[in-house]
Amino acid sequence: MYKIISKKELNPTVTMMDIEAPLVAAKAQPGQFIILRVDENGERIPLTVAGCDKEKGTVKIIFQILGASTELLNHKNEGEFIQDFVGPLGRATHTEGLKKVAIVGGGVGCAIALPVAQKLHELGCEVHSIIGFRSKDLLILEDEFKAASDKLIIMTDDGSYGEKGVVTVPLKRLIEEGEQYDEVIAIGPLIMMKFVTLTTKPFNIKTIVSMNPIMIDGTGMCGGCRLTVGGKTKFACVDGPEFDGFEVDFDEAMSRGMMYRSFEQEQREHVCNLFKKEVK
Amino acid sequence: MPNMSLKKNPMPVQDPIERGRNFNEVALGYDEATALDEAARCLNCKNMPCVSGCPVNVHIPEFIAKVRELDFEGAYQVINKSSSLPAVCGRVCPQETQCESKCVRGIKGEAVGIGRLERFVADWHNSHCTEAPKLPEPNGHKVAIVGSGPSGLTCAGDLAKLGYKVTVFEALHLAGGVLVYGIPEFRLPKSIVQKEVDTLKSLGVDVETNVVIGKTLTVDELFDMGYEAVFIGSGAGLPRFMGIPGESLKGVYSANEFLTRSNLMKAYKSDSTTPILHAKKVAVVGGGNVAMDAARTALRMGAEKVYIVYRRSLEELPARKEEVEHAMEEGIEFRLLNNPTQIIGFENPDDRRDPRNGFVTGMECIRMELGEPDASGRRSPVEVPGSEFVLDVDCVIIAIGTSPNPLIKSTTNGLEVNRKGGIVVEESTGLTSREGVYAGGDAVTGAATVILAMGAGKTAAKAIDEYLSAK
Repeated sequence: MYKIISKKELNPTVTMMDIEAPLVAAKAQPGQFIILRVDENGERIPLTVAGCDKEKGTVKIIFQILGASTELLNHKNEGEFIQDFVGPLGRATHTEGLKKVAIVGGGVGCAIALPVAQKLHELGCEVHSIIGFRSKDLLILEDEFKAASDKLIIMTDDGSYGEKGVVTVPLKRLIEEGEQYDEVIAIGPLIMMKFVTLTTKPFNIKTIVSMNPIMIDGTGMCGGCRLTVGGKTKFACVDGPEFDGFEVDFDEAMSRGMMYRSFEQEQREHVCNLFKKEVK
Repeated sequence: MPNMSLKKNPMPVQDPIERGRNFNEVALGYDEATALDEAARCLNCKNMPCVSGCPVNVHIPEFIAKVRELDFEGAYQVINKSSSLPAVCGRVCPQETQCESKCVRGIKGEAVGIGRLERFVADWHNSHCTEAPKLPEPNGHKVAIVGSGPSGLTCAGDLAKLGYKVTVFEALHLAGGVLVYGIPEFRLPKSIVQKEVDTLKSLGVDVETNVVIGKTLTVDELFDMGYEAVFIGSGAGLPRFMGIPGESLKGVYSANEFLTRSNLMKAYKSDSTTPILHAKKVAVVGGGNVAMDAARTALRMGAEKVYIVYRRSLEELPARKEEVEHAMEEGIEFRLLNNPTQIIGFENPDDRRDPRNGFVTGMECIRMELGEPDASGRRSPVEVPGSEFVLDVDCVIIAIGTSPNPLIKSTTNGLEVNRKGGIVVEESTGLTSREGVYAGGDAVTGAATVILAMGAGKTAAKAIDEYLSAK
């Protein structure tokens, strides 16, 4: 059992938790992920590590309440326990030798982009962060990004905060203004990452994306997390989760991600109804 | 007087039609009278050919003699000396190619039902004996086992009985490895696996779940933590795919994923939080035991039509005969000498948002004929030009094997692996290229059987004992 040391609502749909897991905390690097199960009958949920405190032995996770399992997780409180927590899995973000990087985060993906930005910042790399949200209510981690970035641009779809528009607009502008990036690292919805690669491709700037396909064991056994990269079958759990964005077949990944859409919606409603009953 | 019947007592089974709709165990097990009758068929041969056919050398005539004497617990103790998982072996071992293939009674008639008797004895013990086993005298040595599948559990059990302090590290949330994620409930009930794991725990074995060796901890760190030897039984790894178009469509599974969803994650139960496709027409590609398990699971999940698509003929089918027979009885259709060429998906050209887009609608196959024998001695299949046809299915499960897991080798210095990625070991000991590190099971051989993995675990336990005793 793994204790929830702290819990904080970052916005109405996104929650941050610190979980006591000293073995995982000792090893976890930006870009890696963990798998957790909320209770004995729970699904295995992969979540990319949002940070860790090696001294306290805690791992930070930030999740969006999307389906039944994240709904259940969100109902757990500080001091309570979750059933399983395993990691760190996958490969860490390659950060060595980078001098100037643009980090592009979208929505809850910013939670994963932040530790990458922080690590690069610590290593003395110049970090330009572009983070995008649907609206001001959904904005997360602004101060943290500010502290880790040499330049921070915030985008909202509705213009309620920062600039109005999508993240690719300022990215293209910065590149055209002459910023020379060693790499662009994009973490967010598949559609956002796809358009980031379409933006950087004409300039031939190496672009890394973080994939989070449907996964079960996360240790290289089931093959559920496969995706096509450069025409070859790759497994996000052991070969990734980060890949060369120019090589990833995003359309296929988006299609595969929809496989259980109707089941997930039913489950979510079922769980929500259970909680509603409890409240009565 | 021995029972000279030429036939072994048949295994009582659930009705094929009935069982095709439930996940209860197919084989029901001998009752006492049947077990006694079958035990009486053993001639108690002095040279014990059957024992030489057993990878863990169970003293077969001795345990059968105890059954004849009605000393079922005594029989269990005989088996238990050599095997840490009797109730598992009695169910999933391919006895027909091992112990029973050497049985003298098999020369004229059928071999003694050794596996069925083993199962009877183990089940008798599990339902009658609650006494905790005697704890061995601790010898002060610590050994780490990586993976809680059949090889790891066997190695752990043997070492614990010798007084070693054993910790088993398991990556998943549940111990048992392939016994819990791979082999389905109807062939090996999970309560039986749990019972065997509990027996090991009562011997003092610690099981640490949620620890991925190679990630959470490395082999080197295990030595730093005071373990003096490490056994790697991390099992098979990534599933192989065919490399044909359409394998990324929705509705295409590896057998590992399909079985993990249904077994480990209990997706076959209506209240499970893990989704699985409840397909109506399923094609399983491959002819091994895993393919049979996947096909029979799909059937139980509600499929109306399940095909086994295999590129060679019935004779070359690598699955156990019993599994093939069970599958056929249940109505699984065998499409032999057929090879998939592409998987076809739904595509609505007018509406890219059509929710049906990208789901499997069929699999194109080509007919094959057998040509000359290849290096393995099996006649290799050759395509019949122009014989392509489309099998109408909405789900494809690919069960053509696995390649070894890359996690441990990539984080362990000095661990030699072969061309295929399997860990290289000395066959007689299981010793790897690193001192104190042993390995066995699918991590070494690639996909094989439970009992071979157990044999490897046993061999390594003996070698580890010799190594640490001499230290």
